[in-house]
Amino acid sequence: MTTLLYDGSFDGLFTAIFEVFEYRYKDVEIVSRERFHQENIFAEIHEVITQNEKTERVLNKLEKNIGKSGIHELLKVYLSEDSELEQLILSAVKQSIQHPTENILQNYADNDMLKISKICKSVSRERHRMTAFVRFEKMQDDVFFAKIDPDFNVLPLIRKHFKNRYQDQKWMIYDLRRNYGILYDLENCDFFYPDEKLDLNKYQQKFHDEETQYQTLWQRYFTKTNIVERKNLKLHIQHVPRRYWKYLTEKN
Amino acid sequence: MNFDRLKEKLEILADAAKYDVSCSSSGGSRKNKKGALGDSSASGICHTYTEDGRCVSLLKILLTNHCIYDCAYCVSRSSNDIKRAGFTVDEVVDLTINFYRRNYIEGLFLSSGIFKNADTTMERLVRVAKKLRLEENFNGYIHLKSIPGASDELMQEAALYADRLSINIEIPTESGLKLLAPEKNRQDMLNPMKYIQNGIAQYKDEKKIFRKVPKFAPAGQSTQMIVGATNENDLQIIKVADHFYKNFNLKRVYYSGYVPVLEDKRLPSLTTAVPMLRENRLYQSDWLMRFYGFKAEEILDPNMPFLDLEVDPKLSWALRHLHQFPINLQTADYQMILRIPGIGVKTAQKIVSARRFQVLTIEHLKKLGAAVNRAKYFIDFTAGNIHLRHLTDINLRKLLIGGSTSKFQNQFSQQLTLF
Ligand code: SF4
Repeated sequence: MTTLLYDGSFDGLFTAIFEVFEYRYKDVEIVSRERFHQENIFAEIHEVITQNEKTERVLNKLEKNIGKSGIHELLKVYLSEDSELEQLILSAVKQSIQHPTENILQNYADNDMLKISKICKSVSRERHRMTAFVRFEKMQDDVFFAKIDPDFNVLPLIRKHFKNRYQDQKWMIYDLRRNYGILYDLENCDFFYPDEKLDLNKYQQKFHDEETQYQTLWQRYFTKTNIVERKNLKLHIQHVPRRYWKYLTEKN
Repeated sequence: MNFDRLKEKLEILADAAKYDVSCSSSGGSRKNKKGALGDSSASGICHTYTEDGRCVSLLKILLTNHCIYDCAYCVSRSSNDIKRAGFTVDEVVDLTINFYRRNYIEGLFLSSGIFKNADTTMERLVRVAKKLRLEENFNGYIHLKSIPGASDELMQEAALYADRLSINIEIPTESGLKLLAPEKNRQDMLNPMKYIQNGIAQYKDEKKIFRKVPKFAPAGQSTQMIVGATNENDLQIIKVADHFYKNFNLKRVYYSGYVPVLEDKRLPSLTTAVPMLRENRLYQSDWLMRFYGFKAEEILDPNMPFLDLEVDPKLSWALRHLHQFPINLQTADYQMILRIPGIGVKTAQKIVSARRFQVLTIEHLKKLGAAVNRAKYFIDFTAGNIHLRHLTDINLRKLLIGGSTSKFQNQFSQQLTLF
């Protein structure tokens, strides 16, 4: 058994996959350095150094077989932070190399491919929910600020959506759990990685004057648009699982 | 801006607009121009859900609940003793923009009671949309409720700024409409719809020749029918919907179970439960017509004018057409696979993909997400299927009702709403 240790990045993972083929390893596992605990003292360790050129070669080859959308699915598996993500992506690449003329990701009868499709579905669902449940709050400096805490790392998947939608206001979306965010300053729309967690204690004190008033209007609207005679909390919770309530102005 | 007064108006005019269900934000696509606010994409986003479980994607309000008409089923009717209010154009624009900037909504759904006359009302609605588009550079979704009897000129303008237009026909039968809304007539509703339909067709032709034709109601038209306020049957309702889909190219027909809000001897009494299960079955039938290739006549016929409340319409069709089953999963064409109870569009597509790689078994089917407890009685696998012995059983229906936990049975149970 050989353990390939990589830096946890998407590029690093694909460099590792390249090296699995390069060194013709048969029995391997790919593990990110951060998650690695040596259990099997007889395992051979192979340190991977991320090399974009190797990553590109794998991705180019893959794109011919499974298309851009296929690559996008593998990206979703990567962002899912699933404990099996490396093994699943490796399995997809191996199978795709074996069957270059088929889109192997569609072989739902294969356990690994089925798992990939399920993970993609969950990640997509959460991506969609984040486009819906992000709530911006207008701050004194005219930046519209939102905090999120999604189960999967979907920030990279929603950047484009918000970039297209809000072009004439400054905004920022911050992932509390992963401590990074996106900032749009009317010109650039980039990721930022603060050294320390942002301190959000009492950040409400920095609200723009009108902010709480629009929040109140929205809460009243939410209450009034409900039809009491049709109350159906079970359905409500199915659509808006409780773990998302913390994002929602109308639920606070 | 006087927030307290605005809040009061919002409460009144959101409350009065809430019974309208035709307000999804789907079907529009309006790209953001550089540096402006908003865009809408074809699929739309539900930003939250009310406690009754319905999606909120638009700010849905009335411009005013003052109304000169007296439709029996409507809370805003002139003879109803309620608080009245009206927004200014600027107030609606301000609310829309500020809600949109905070990502609460996809856009605006604006309807109105009829004050003075149809054109005055319509003109005011159009002014809101125009201001949003031209002054605020807003590219989010706008749905305007057209006022029956509005002039062609105003409809033309409305279609330039709105993504979707709708007129609710509300009562499925003409006789029902006469009884409950004597001042309205069907023709006043159909004329503006016809006008928009022609406009959309013309837009599509011109678009082929000139690239830069202004958009004209790009998300099309929709309508709504109230179910259970009069005594029409489901066959009539489905036929009306079918007629509108075919002859008016409507994007959606919505069904709204009547919520008894007014005491009136022409209407069901105030203690009548909202017919949620029936409404749900109508949506399921509508779905079958739009995505599963079913024709209206296949779903119901004059011998069976009401939808089966015990089983969904697709299962009901299967039970009446047992001779068409079992369906072979490995060889049947996609359209037939779609007709298997318990298999939805996505699963059917996955089946057609996966069977190229290998012979499918019931285990695969489970993993692909089919409701196997229903599907298993209707499918033939290459390796055979022991459940098929039930296909000829007269008790198959019982077996299915007992074995399935329909997600709607619990949620929409009429009994539950009594408590
Ligand atoms: S015209 Fe419209 S708002 Fe007025 S009473 Fe009839 S349904 Fe209600």
